[in-house]
Amino acid sequence: MTPKVLGKLVLTLLLAAGVAGATATSGSFKSGLFDPPRPAPDFTLKGTTGQPVRLSQYRGKVVLLAFGYSHCLSVCPITLHTFAQALRQLGPAAERMQILYVTVDAQRDTPARLKTFVGSFDPRIIGVTGTELQLAQVRKDYGVSATKIPDGDSYMYDHSSFIYLIDRAGRIRALMPYGHPPEDFVHDVRLLLGE
Amino acid sequence: MRIRTQLLVVLAVTLLGALTWAALEPLNSASREHVFVIPKGTWARRMAGQKVAILPDHIHLTLGLHDILVLRNHDEVPQIFGPTLMMPGQSFTLPFDRPATYQFACTAHASGQMTIEVEPYPATALARLVWRVRALLRAL
Repeated sequence: MTPKVLGKLVLTLLLAAGVAGATATSGSFKSGLFDPPRPAPDFTLKGTTGQPVRLSQYRGKVVLLAFGYSHCLSVCPITLHTFAQALRQLGPAAERMQILYVTVDAQRDTPARLKTFVGSFDPRIIGVTGTELQLAQVRKDYGVSATKIPDGDSYMYDHSSFIYLIDRAGRIRALMPYGHPPEDFVHDVRLLLGE
Repeated sequence: MRIRTQLLVVLAVTLLGALTWAALEPLNSASREHVFVIPKGTWARRMAGQKVAILPDHIHLTLGLHDILVLRNHDEVPQIFGPTLMMPGQSFTLPFDRPATYQFACTAHASGQMTIEVEPYPATALARLVWRVRALLRAL
């Protein structure tokens, strides 16, 4: 075997190992992975903490970013309940992550109402709200849809139900579709915390 | 009459052989990824009024065979693709590990929704037969 052929063989093996490694990495997450990950668009909104919440202030933590509204009767209660269970299962590691729940309903979701709503699942979940324009901009930045639907004298929203996973460097790394159990969130959060 | 009978016997044996093969032959897949790509220039063609279909309304996946959805944006602008916003040059790899029907809001579809049906792995002979027949019907 000539050195040239040997070199090609080694290069091929290294490339194959790289591909296999990449596949193994993406396959080990329960959520969908972005490649390459992009920086999570920053925003500052009113938080249920009583203080403005800036996404980038959580750099160094894993952030789960969800969108919904407190009058939601189907998707949001299940998502928030899942979050609460995941937080309990994470134990002390939960301190190294933050869940942000961005409302799509600027009209009804005041910080006080949001605090009651998200707090009923777990007080560590932070709700954020803002003006119609602010929230529309955040949804646009994240590709989130929210369609207002009249419902008698009131209204409801048909909204995106997936959850973004933002890594400690502030990049959108993954997206978890609606319906995954808390164990899947715990699994992926631990992977991101371990990086 | 005799020739007709012989032909029918040959047809029946062939059909039986095909069904037996479809039931007994293990299912294999070179890749578990089901890849969809937004080609370069898609946005420009849409802006020009062309109807460009990228993703089907329904996507069928099978655990253990094709259970990883891969979306790639090769266009020059961000695109809402399936459940997510994707930047130019970005790909999104979504594995599935449970049989279920998933529905995503998707502005790329006229219905506004994309459905992904994930079937369990066809482990038995009958399940393999049914899987192959359904795959054939879908392909037709």
